[in-house]
Amino acid sequence: MDFVRNFPCISIMLCLFAGIISSGLRGRAAMIVNAGLLVINTALSACTLVYTLALGESFVYVMGQFPAPWGNEIRAGVLEALMALFFCIIMLLSLLGGRHKLLEGVEKGKLYLYYVLMDLLLSSLLALVYTNDMFTAYVFVEINTISACGLIMIRQNGRTIEAAVRYMIMSLLGSGMLLLGLCMLYDLTGHLLMSNIQESVALIVAEGKYTIPLIISIVLMSVGLCIKSALFPFHAWLPDAYGYSTVSSAAVLSSLVSKGYIFLLIKIIYRVIGFEIYRDSRIIDILFVFGLMGMIFGSLSAIRENDIRRMIAFSSVAQIGYIYMGFGMGTEAGMTASVFHILSHAATKSLLFIAAVGLTDVSGRNRQFIELTGSGYRNRWAGAAFTVGSLAMVGVPMFSGFISKLLFSQAAVQNHAKMLPALIVLGVSTILNAIYFMKTVIRIYTPVENTSYPSLTCKDMPLYAVVLAAFIILNMTLGVSSQPVVDMIRQGLAMFA
Amino acid sequence: MSRLKPGNEYEKTFAFRFFRWLSGSKDPYVGEVEMQAQQEKVIPEETIIERMRESEMIRDKIYDGEQNKAARIFHKIYMAVAIFFCIALVGVLLLAVSCLPPNGNADNPVNNTVSERYIESGLQETGALNIVSGMILTYRAFDTFGETNVLFIATCCVMILLMLDDAILKKEAVSNDRRFEPKNDTILQGVAFVLCPVIFIFGIYIILNGHLSPGGGFSGGAVMGSGLILYVAAFGFKKTQRFFDEHIYKIAKITALCMYGLIGTYFYMTGANGMDNHIPLGIPGHILSSGIILPINVCVGLEVACTMYAFYALFRRGGL
Repeated sequence: MDFVRNFPCISIMLCLFAGIISSGLRGRAAMIVNAGLLVINTALSACTLVYTLALGESFVYVMGQFPAPWGNEIRAGVLEALMALFFCIIMLLSLLGGRHKLLEGVEKGKLYLYYVLMDLLLSSLLALVYTNDMFTAYVFVEINTISACGLIMIRQNGRTIEAAVRYMIMSLLGSGMLLLGLCMLYDLTGHLLMSNIQESVALIVAEGKYTIPLIISIVLMSVGLCIKSALFPFHAWLPDAYGYSTVSSAAVLSSLVSKGYIFLLIKIIYRVIGFEIYRDSRIIDILFVFGLMGMIFGSLSAIRENDIRRMIAFSSVAQIGYIYMGFGMGTEAGMTASVFHILSHAATKSLLFIAAVGLTDVSGRNRQFIELTGSGYRNRWAGAAFTVGSLAMVGVPMFSGFISKLLFSQAAVQNHAKMLPALIVLGVSTILNAIYFMKTVIRIYTPVENTSYPSLTCKDMPLYAVVLAAFIILNMTLGVSSQPVVDMIRQGLAMFA
Repeated sequence: MSRLKPGNEYEKTFAFRFFRWLSGSKDPYVGEVEMQAQQEKVIPEETIIERMRESEMIRDKIYDGEQNKAARIFHKIYMAVAIFFCIALVGVLLLAVSCLPPNGNADNPVNNTVSERYIESGLQETGALNIVSGMILTYRAFDTFGETNVLFIATCCVMILLMLDDAILKKEAVSNDRRFEPKNDTILQGVAFVLCPVIFIFGIYIILNGHLSPGGGFSGGAVMGSGLILYVAAFGFKKTQRFFDEHIYKIAKITALCMYGLIGTYFYMTGANGMDNHIPLGIPGHILSSGIILPINVCVGLEVACTMYAFYALFRRGGL
């Protein structure tokens, strides 16, 4: 067996070890351990990606001495390795970009706990990506939920505590529904391994014996994951959680945590239930409608907002709506578009959060738009990065958002029944996006005379400028040379079936 | 004192000014800073009363159901929708349960090759008389490692929320955090004196016999943790810290989890790469048997005991 096949297991275990050891270190040392871990994991995921691309198929890895239906198992294909690589890169950039804020906002004695949580969060994300077993997925969903709560409340003030409590209640409701659905599915199939469940589900559907509990368990799992990833009617916890937590947490939560749950849902659709059965169950129509509503109402809430961080947070609701709309198409093309949008939104949203902090820093830490006037001149790097992020969100060519919108419209054209609503809402939502993002860009580039706020150059914060540059490059790469990535996604989705 | 510099130049140096300040021959503020009595900011009483009345009026108007018709209607609709939603959810779940395969039926899908192998060859393959231990710690060792990490991360989150600074803790330690409780309760101490050793030995017994009888790391660790909590409640933190303080807590927790992780990694990697597992299974029924289950049980027990005690200590005084 090739040694590369050990890499997914090694990267998950490394994260857990790093978290455990960091709990005995001081803040600075834990920070270094975390950065090293992220670099190593990026390299390991890249190797896995190259290996699976060359192999042309996915491989399973038995976690222990016993083969699959009895023991645990993880599975790696092109899509899994791509996601893992992306998650590691974005987490590394978000943590480096928000480091100065973290040192400011967190009590010194508790800084190491932040990195413990981050290490374990990464382990849970990787496990959710690689898992081939529903119960392993549930265990790591638990770790993900608890560490996300900790990340929100580590910057302790009243609003973050309130946001963490809200997040916890909604997220635990989602976990509970996932667990209920999982129990029912186990009762019907007698398996926890994804491929075995899929075979049994196909048998059940053919026999037509347990159709009602099967549908209900699919609904429970889907709704549970929708609540956790903040699909439109369940998004009430989101603006506070993203708006008031420390900036690295906001970037990681919006671009990685919710995406981990969405990726788990993709795995459930393809590997547990089976794509055809899921499509015929009509649940995707509900996801489609909620996705469309989220695209409109998320943007409307963002337009009304007067706080830049909360505006970006509400924009997440709209973008999650796009992803679920892609699911709702029920076609291969729609799914490809959704997966691409997961990547492009993750790259863009973390960029926006990190850049917004640079803008508020040169405006006396005020987050209201009136104070931000002209801040693009006071901190040129952050202004440029925010502009790039806004253009990507709106979907201007050359940036990543354009490709995902293109893929969504291509998918919509192929699906006759849902073409009209999808295209109309896509157009309306793009205009709404443009309204609030371009308003902000114009605001930060409106010259203002005799301002009392100081300017910052990239020499004041070299690390921050480098991170922003890396984010911009990542965004442009996704936008300019998207075809290889789209090919990888198609190949990965083909491996799922 | 010998002066190297002439008088004029010396007067400009720092040393001259310093010695002048030391001897007090010149007040540095006189002629430099003008002192004025601070004026107290006076807010007329009418404005305060006016403001209070306004804010109260706004609050009353918003929360007063009598006057705010919209709030009243919203509240009623909210209640109705919530009740309807709950009833609908309960109905759907009951419907699903009624359609599930009947409990205890031999042809149920749950009775398949998976559980068959656990029951029939679990003893040979894991060497554990307790099938549940064999299942969670050998067949599905990765899941259980995840579960143990859930406990670990829960402690981390409680620490973020409740941990106090060291300085505050030391101040509190003087009063020994017994503001509302009697110090040195004789009855409690007497009972704890008898019970604590028994509880500890029982906890150790459950952990060490995890592969032979019902129990294991999670339950035994909980018993040991409760013994520690009883000890603290009776004798206070000072006496407990002689054998269990924050330092030892960290060492115990990290060692236990790392040991579990290393054993687990060894187990996964050898299994996946098709190598032999060199940990002997031993003779079923003996205390030293069943391969990796016994050391993992000890690690889990230590971690659970630490977690239980840490929760109690953090909630009680914000530190270990």
